[in-house]
Amino acid sequence: MASGEHTHPNYMAIFWCLAVLTVVEIAVIFMPLAKLTIGVLLVGFALAKAALVAMYFMHLRFETRTLGLIALTPLAIASLLVFLILPDGFAVAKRTEGVKAAVGAPAKH
Amino acid sequence: MSQAASAHPAVEPAETPLTPESWGKLGMWIFLAGDAVGFGTLLAAYGGMRATSADWPNPYEVLGINLTAVMTFLLICSSVTMVKALEWLGRGDRARCRLFLFLTALGGAIFVSLQAYEWTHLIGAGLHIDGNPWGASLFGTSFFIVTGFHGLHVTGGVLYLLAMLRYVTNRPDPGASYNAVEITGLYWHFVDLVWIMVFTFMYLL
Repeated sequence: MASGEHTHPNYMAIFWCLAVLTVVEIAVIFMPLAKLTIGVLLVGFALAKAALVAMYFMHLRFETRTLGLIALTPLAIASLLVFLILPDGFAVAKRTEGVKAAVGAPAKH
Repeated sequence: MSQAASAHPAVEPAETPLTPESWGKLGMWIFLAGDAVGFGTLLAAYGGMRATSADWPNPYEVLGINLTAVMTFLLICSSVTMVKALEWLGRGDRARCRLFLFLTALGGAIFVSLQAYEWTHLIGAGLHIDGNPWGASLFGTSFFIVTGFHGLHVTGGVLYLLAMLRYVTNRPDPGASYNAVEITGLYWHFVDLVWIMVFTFMYLL
């Protein structure tokens, strides 16, 4: 046996999980649900699929805990970044609305 | 100390604390964490722009998801062929390993071809990097930048896989290339993982 070889999990089971989750994701966007519910479900399914790939295909489940933490760092940074970007985005949107309202308002005589 | 480290004390004087098999594997993980920050930044910026835009088009209506669903399925299949390549190499079967490495590269090549087809179709329909008929111009900008950045990763991955095909062919001892193939697999699965996020955020949401 080659050095460092892991026990191989049931890859076909992971494949079917990923395939079924993809079909469910596509089905969810056509369901009569609230937009927020659909969003939460889709993000949840995507994270579940990503976790399956990382844990089993990338063997993270069989690695040390610290390596798992290194792998999770980008997710934390990206999540934080969304909250850093949003205030500016909303400020721009508010300003644009103000301009639109001023341009669209009927002139006073 | 791992077998690899004890067999080559001059090359690997101490095993890594996180990946006892090789330093290369730790190197790949650190590279992937950095690359993931790159993709994370792009997707976070996309989310920020999208959430605050008043006229963002409905992506799945503009982009269509039938072809992309096929592309997603293809990439998942290529991840399976990648793990199979490693599994066969672990069992000492280099011929089957090479076959599955080739199938993985083929899956990646078909993916990139389908992406080129999709881009051509969308550009023809009016989706450009600086504007589109459906709404916010950043919709096209972010679409081309994010999917293009991912497409470049897949292209690089296909070349990497073909190089590994040669690497395994040139080494009669399956154990000599096991670690390198495992590291290649990490990269390829990462590309698959990123596509899962891109597909959800840019096409479905």
